Amino acid sequence: MSLISELTDREHVFDFLTPAASPVDVRHGPILYMEDVTVSFDGFRAIDELTLTINDGELRCIIGPNGAGKTTMMDIITGKTRPDTGSVWFGSRHNLLTMNEPDIASLGIGRKFQKPTVFEALTVFENLELAMAADKRVFPTLTAKLTGEHRERIDEVLEMTGLQELRWRTAGVLSHGQKQWLEIGMLLMQRPRLLLVDEPVAGMTEQEMERTAELLTSLAGKQSVVVVEHDMGFVRSLARTVTVLHQGSVLAEGSMDEVSKDPKVVEVYLGEGI
Amino acid sequence: MWLTQPLNEKSTRLFLGLLGAALALVTILHLVFPQGHPMHMSIYTVSLMGKYLSYALLAVAVDLVWGYLGMLSLGHGAFFAIGGYAMGMYLMRQIGTRGEYGHPVLPDFMVFLNWDSLPWYWYGFDMAWFAFAMVLIAPAALAMVFGYLAFRSRVTGVYLSIMTQALTFALMLAFYRNEMGFGGNNGFTDFKDLLGFSLSTDATRLGLFIATGVALAIGYVICRGIVLSKLGRVSIATRDAEARTRFLGYRVERVQLFVFTVSAMLAGVAGALYVPQAGIINPNQFSPIFSIEVVLWVALGGRATLYGAVIGALVVNYAKSVFTGIMPEAWLFALGALFVLVTVFLPQGLAGVLAKLRGKGSDDEKDLTEKEAAA
Ligand SMILES: Nc1ncnc2c1ncn2[C@@H]1O[C@H](COP(=O)(O)OP(=O)(O)OP(=O)(O)O)[C@@H](O)[C@H]1O
Ligand SMILES: [Mg+2]
Repeated sequence: MSLISELTDREHVFDFLTPAASPVDVRHGPILYMEDVTVSFDGFRAIDELTLTINDGELRCIIGPNGAGKTTMMDIITGKTRPDTGSVWFGSRHNLLTMNEPDIASLGIGRKFQKPTVFEALTVFENLELAMAADKRVFPTLTAKLTGEHRERIDEVLEMTGLQELRWRTAGVLSHGQKQWLEIGMLLMQRPRLLLVDEPVAGMTEQEMERTAELLTSLAGKQSVVVVEHDMGFVRSLARTVTVLHQGSVLAEGSMDEVSKDPKVVEVYLGEGI
Repeated sequence: MWLTQPLNEKSTRLFLGLLGAALALVTILHLVFPQGHPMHMSIYTVSLMGKYLSYALLAVAVDLVWGYLGMLSLGHGAFFAIGGYAMGMYLMRQIGTRGEYGHPVLPDFMVFLNWDSLPWYWYGFDMAWFAFAMVLIAPAALAMVFGYLAFRSRVTGVYLSIMTQALTFALMLAFYRNEMGFGGNNGFTDFKDLLGFSLSTDATRLGLFIATGVALAIGYVICRGIVLSKLGRVSIATRDAEARTRFLGYRVERVQLFVFTVSAMLAGVAGALYVPQAGIINPNQFSPIFSIEVVLWVALGGRATLYGAVIGALVVNYAKSVFTGIMPEAWLFALGALFVLVTVFLPQGLAGVLAKLRGKGSDDEKDLTEKEAAA
């Protein structure tokens, strides 16, 4: 744990964590701006006139009961789901609603899925290799060579995620928690400007949760991070702005203490003891 | 270089070594032992082996898309047949005045249909370079158009399989029609020579057999090169978690289109080598059953290994020739039974059995040391 914070504090060691040069324009405002976004599935409004702003370098936590629309929100940002109405901007220049998944990913939005999805037939090392920021068109990929620099980057991420010993294991044999780490590692390899992290600590031990919190905190500032999590202890430990989502729109926003006192939030979480 | 990478790999060297030895052995058995000697291999058998090798190349092409991209193509016979027809058109033009009707330009079937000139799409096929280029270009063009439409709309799984079946079925019906200008249900036959060599001589037929072996070797190395490259790992990623691959920034549909097209071209080459050895090409080559049979070879041999596809193609086709000699009606039942037995008892196919015999220990451990050595 202390290793992580020590290493992440020394910026030069993890130079590669600073995002790659990205065309995103954040000079005049937030890195992510969603306005009046609505999505219905068979008439059911999963996202209902949602407006949300994420500032550059911010670490934002999003909480909300099951079915609040948290994952759907990430689906919209990453191009998986198209909203019925509304607009979604990445910086002031890129309208995400006109782009497809690979383009959005190349632009610098990385995502960790709620259900960890790693490539089970490939090794841990290969999973990280594929995630690595690179020219991802067909022919450059066919002729791609793994340079010493690439190996170093992969080694560094392996170390940060504690997966060094497992590097040549196929990802399919990893435990749930290890898969979570691998996915976080893949996210780091992508060097995104904006990280969308859906329930990162499910299946992790108390200790691993602490490490994750430290890692995400250390990323913020250089990168913008949006974390969806159910575990209130974990959210509290991140101690940042919290947005409460309910029935597809924002119910409350503020510090953890503020929102947990909000009567509307208390009502939604009735009996759950936020 | 991605293309030379397989040559550093033990399994590829073993494969190429065995293939080379097999080619040498057949050549010796045919040339060194005189006719009548019990060890002599007849030219008929040599050509039969040559046909099996072209099937093996087709199976490798199918394994590339099925094993590594997860696309169960039930229409690869179409690319094989198109490559075969391109070769057949060249062979037909080579007949010249030696046909039944002795027409200097028109193949017999066109004279029979009272056509007075060559359709435009037959132009150029009298030149070997043009025809051989078409062996690659025609299947590639079809694969690109079909793949572009299918992959762009994200058609996968069973739907894709059905579409590939429909593709080959539609082509079969089209090629049956006389008006298409491909000889209708008789197709092309009575070939005379290829590049000036008479197809009726033993030397030409032995040469064709060896050429097919070389084509298989090259095709195998190309496929293996793709599989070992980063693109191969992206293919596997696509196979197992397509959406996830997109979120990493890969244009999945383009990866699919590239690999599918390469595979179709290899299938086309296989067909082109098959035709002069079989001496005939007709629309039955497009039949959906044939494409399904190819998939069975790959399944029996072991999917996603490439060499398994070769083993499967050779074993099944050898069994088929033996079996059809004894009781031809029962072959399809035997094939079906074999398929069921293998899927139940040998889910990794014959290649899986080989790997077990070779590795003895856990496969994982062996991979580990191999990869560490490479790193
Ligand atoms: N593709 C879809 N088709 C139909 N309904 C959907 C679809 N995706 C999501 N939904 C519905 O939209 C609502 C919001 O789902 P979402 O997964 O975004 O919730 P969530 O906040 O992530 O919940 P959880 O905390 O359980 O992960 C749910 O009621 C869900 O059933
Ligand atoms: Mg969710």
